[in-house]
Amino acid sequence: MQTIRPLGLTRSERHNILVGLAFCAPFLLGFLGFTLYPMAASFYYSFTHFDGLNPPRWIGLNNYNFLFTQDDEFKQALSNTAYMVVAGVPAQLLAAFVTALLLNVKIRGMAIYRSFYLLPAFLPIVPVAYLWQFMFNSENGIVNLALGAVGLPQPGWFIDPNWSKPGLVLLFMWTIGTTTIIYLAALQDVPEHLYEAAELDGAGALRRMWHVTVPMISPATLFNLITIMIATFQLFGIAFVVSNSGSYDVGEPQGSLNFYLLYLWKTAFSYLRFGYASAMAWILFLIIMFFTLILLYGSRRWVYYEGEAR
Amino acid sequence: MATTHHPEEAPTLQARGTARAYAVPAARRHPWRQVLQTIGKHLLVGGVGLIFVFPVIWMFLASTRTDAEIFQWPPEIIPHHWTWSNYSDAFSFGNPGCTLLTCNFARYTRNTVIIAGFNVIGTLISCSLSAYAFARVNWRGRGFVFLIVLSTMLLPYPVTLIPVYIIFKNLNMIGTSGILFGYGPLIVPAFFGNAFFIFLLRQFFMTIPRELDEAALIDGAGHLGIFTRVILPLSRPALAVVALLTFLNNWTDLFGPMIYLNDTSLYTLSLGLQEFRGAHTFHWSLLMAASVLFILPIVILFVIAQRTFIQGITMTGLKG
Repeated sequence: MQTIRPLGLTRSERHNILVGLAFCAPFLLGFLGFTLYPMAASFYYSFTHFDGLNPPRWIGLNNYNFLFTQDDEFKQALSNTAYMVVAGVPAQLLAAFVTALLLNVKIRGMAIYRSFYLLPAFLPIVPVAYLWQFMFNSENGIVNLALGAVGLPQPGWFIDPNWSKPGLVLLFMWTIGTTTIIYLAALQDVPEHLYEAAELDGAGALRRMWHVTVPMISPATLFNLITIMIATFQLFGIAFVVSNSGSYDVGEPQGSLNFYLLYLWKTAFSYLRFGYASAMAWILFLIIMFFTLILLYGSRRWVYYEGEAR
Repeated sequence: MATTHHPEEAPTLQARGTARAYAVPAARRHPWRQVLQTIGKHLLVGGVGLIFVFPVIWMFLASTRTDAEIFQWPPEIIPHHWTWSNYSDAFSFGNPGCTLLTCNFARYTRNTVIIAGFNVIGTLISCSLSAYAFARVNWRGRGFVFLIVLSTMLLPYPVTLIPVYIIFKNLNMIGTSGILFGYGPLIVPAFFGNAFFIFLLRQFFMTIPRELDEAALIDGAGHLGIFTRVILPLSRPALAVVALLTFLNNWTDLFGPMIYLNDTSLYTLSLGLQEFRGAHTFHWSLLMAASVLFILPIVILFVIAQRTFIQGITMTGLKG
């Protein structure tokens, strides 16, 4: 007697496939409808002229061509974003590392200190952006009043194109808590015996930091570096509120806060140039992929995984 | 590094199980030196902590003053009179004389709660079901589909943004004023899973002993029975993390409401707060009072559930 096995599967295997598919149906349908189809569609739109009302019209590589050769605002958005990646990402990484070190000190009352450090990371972005504008108000914000009181120069911050991005970097260093948490977890996993061994070998605090702490938490550094970098390339909400001087003029002052996604948002939702914006989205995707892969590839030189032969 | 050991400090992050020796060589335990060191540590850690918490305190203090008092130097840390009317003025901003529930601010709050609430429900249902398929059902293709879950985590959202917008536009869900239809684009996706939370829940489900499934199987339960009677009740901590982070994401979200909501009656707190900005002037004291009301639920949640916040970050690695 011969059992019939469609697709070469037993009855219970077929049953399990159906059960598995049924349980992850929400994800699979969402993947098809909100990820796979939109990816294909935005790739197609990027080669078209599309205003969202009339059907997309094929224009080949024109969008990409124009972006790279003629669009000065695109160049501005790229260079503003590059500034935030080059200056802002290391600043944030350093802030996270230092705050995690401080939170790893063994003292009483740490739970209270910890909540001070971490709270800003969870606050809603719109009030945070307003609070920052309020405190860094050029004429009479608390920061400039304090700077003036000790005789330091008082920058214009968010009304001065030279100071708007540094002001934003300070804000991101303040809301660094989630990255601090990742570092703190890594610090707490460093075995104490390594510090003791280093101390017995006569290593001072700085050498222990450089030769024990830094290599032992390097996987967390890589992870944090990549997540901060990706978040910085996709910088939007806070910059939108801080740089919005009314109506659709975002990216002020003088376009110094016109970041990649702000320009993309303007292109799509206020100029209704969906094809052009789709091309921008794909370029951003490739940029992010490129730098992520570079970091992952380069990380072999400096990331230490415990238990790995070297 | 001389360390003092406080037993109450032991479970700092999660119970990570690394037993540590805090033994300090006896020769180095000079009582004075130790006291000075402890004071120094408190000054350092507390001083930096003060920098982090000061802006939030300043927001609150500014919300209790008049616009004129806000910008004076030297600043009065404790105001000599408290202007609590900023709160009622902020609440009724834009429609003076409103009653508590008809005020704009009450509406923004209600709208935000509706969106966040539906997102929490949708995310919990869709992600736990999908996670069960990856943790407990042995089916061909599981590895491949799980790889898809992981890869969607890496996809930047701008890539799918425009077609998703067009989909909702074609469904007439943009610019409509009915609450449930108007919020469609902000709520519907939650019912179709989120890669980060599916991953988080799957990892958690894997730690639940399979013997419990088998016991339920003997009692005649199927997969649905195991899911609802074994897995879900034992996963409350992980489900709490998912619920909290989903609520938080929606409470703070600006991008989604900005793109999908045109009708001011549907505005969320993120959009409503921007109404306080005049053409070129700011009502700072009112804006700060409204901001305090906006962040208050998050601050309260943070105080009572700090551990869940921290677990959420260590489990997903989400970056705001």
